[in-house]
Amino acid sequence: MSAGLRTEQLVKIYRSAPPMAAQTGFMFGQPRSKARSDKSKQVEVTALAGLSLEVHAGEILGLLGPNGAGKSTTVGILTTRIRPTSGQAIVGDFDVWREPVAAKRLFGVVPQRPNLDFALTAREILTFHGAYFGLPARESHVRAEELLERFHLGERGDQMVRGFSGGMMQRLSIARALMHDPAVLFLDEPTVGLDPQTRLVVWELIREYNRRGKTILLTTHNMEEADELCGRIAIIDHGKMIACDTPAALKASVPGGWLIRLRFSSATPALAERLRALEGVREVRSGGDTAVDVYADRGGALIPALVAAAANAGAEIHDVHLSEPSLENLFLLHTGKGLRE
Amino acid sequence: MNWKTFLALLGRDAHVARRNILPVLVMNLIQPMMFVFVFGRIMTGSGLLPPSYKNMLLPGIMAITMVISGVQGVAMPLIAEFQFTKEIEDRLLSPIHISWIAVEKIVAGMLQALTAGLVVIPAGWLLIGTGLDLSGTQPLALVAVLLLVALMAAASGIVLGCLIGQTQIGMMFTLVLGPMIFFGCAYYPWSTLARFPTLQKAVLVNPMVYASEGFRAAMVPGIPHIGLPAVLAALGAFDIVLLWLGIRSFDRKAIG
Repeated sequence: MSAGLRTEQLVKIYRSAPPMAAQTGFMFGQPRSKARSDKSKQVEVTALAGLSLEVHAGEILGLLGPNGAGKSTTVGILTTRIRPTSGQAIVGDFDVWREPVAAKRLFGVVPQRPNLDFALTAREILTFHGAYFGLPARESHVRAEELLERFHLGERGDQMVRGFSGGMMQRLSIARALMHDPAVLFLDEPTVGLDPQTRLVVWELIREYNRRGKTILLTTHNMEEADELCGRIAIIDHGKMIACDTPAALKASVPGGWLIRLRFSSATPALAERLRALEGVREVRSGGDTAVDVYADRGGALIPALVAAAANAGAEIHDVHLSEPSLENLFLLHTGKGLRE
Repeated sequence: MNWKTFLALLGRDAHVARRNILPVLVMNLIQPMMFVFVFGRIMTGSGLLPPSYKNMLLPGIMAITMVISGVQGVAMPLIAEFQFTKEIEDRLLSPIHISWIAVEKIVAGMLQALTAGLVVIPAGWLLIGTGLDLSGTQPLALVAVLLLVALMAAASGIVLGCLIGQTQIGMMFTLVLGPMIFFGCAYYPWSTLARFPTLQKAVLVNPMVYASEGFRAAMVPGIPHIGLPAVLAALGAFDIVLLWLGIRSFDRKAIG
């Protein structure tokens, strides 16, 4: 069985601080005082501002954006955990907020922070999860055993999870989500805080699950992860979609592909004009009094010409940063800031 | 309604309760049992209280024990599971309507309250020694009161568990459970408040009063008590309101 999912014009406005499940970083968007809230001092935070997104059955779609872009809120709404202010969320054939129970049968969720049941052992976490989804006890035990082995947790299966390391908890969270073999898997920043080796293991598990025809929505603020795993990537910021396409097409959409970030003693419009006239330069954007971003179809080869142009304009170069075609460049192009800024 | 999921959720709570049965029973029983021993044995044995106080006391202690264990059994895990570990999320994501998860919590709490309440009878017997006379017990009335009180305790547990944060647990005992118990007619029959007419009317908002008086009506009908029909009606009304409030608070707490 395969199922896709989509959202239509999703809006979520938190009337107080966003719940912890969605609190990835510092804050969503710009908090602004409510016009008529003098008495209550409520703060409105717009986490999603009309997000429409479609994930086709059987694909891995990466939801990429900085902390506070609205990624976890999107996943929260699609998984019945956060009620949208308006808009629709649909998983398979079911409107998540009209038929939550039917929708819940279709998906598994790996949360950003492990939310394992601390009152149970690793094995019990899996078998009870199976029982919640109506798996017969025998089948549940067999599957739990398989998953514990596959996730290298076999020896710790009968221990309480309180003492598990972060990586073990994360692997167990993924194993739990797979227990009922869901058609759709939500992974909310699945590799944050994992060591490189474990991250590779998790990536392989995600690919393997996808090869079985399963739909995966993965949120991340890691460009490499999105590039590595996803068939398509949706870039969001401030609760809005900025771009959505294959990693290659997205990278190709950056003018020229290469980004050269320059810092000068002072960046004048005349300097920008000179830079724009250079061969290979596609776009020049100034960022403040001293910074200029040059988008070009070549990288290192352009440096001598840039230096000469700067010298002719009487500007002194303080810093040069060269980055090859990447999703990071795309993000900078659209938002003017880096993913980790 | 999805019975398989409901029973699995109940199975999970039963499994965890079995694992913790000794500490839970000790935690819920030690205080009421000390009270039984001091008031039911020492004070009556030394002549400070009449021997008949023993029979008056035991039903009240049952009410206290059930309320404490029902409220604690539901509220404490709920408060912990809704904290930043979000342990409850796996259950919230199970294929069942959120309100049924609240109902499941209430059923699990009722079972805990009933177990604790029934343990009080033999334990009290041992501690009080001779002179305890429960021969007037009306079994049907006792079953009805047991069930209604268990529901009242567990539903209160859901309400408190959803309204109270981890940092306010101490306040819950001081400001809610404390007054409920001391003004709950557990240590004295409601009729003895006749000399304090305002207080006698004020305590009627406390569901504990009907729990204590209900057990008296069912177990020692010879002692003055509020009539059984009135007690059952009041407990039923409290149950309906607390159940509604509990499910509503749970739904609100569970969905962001």
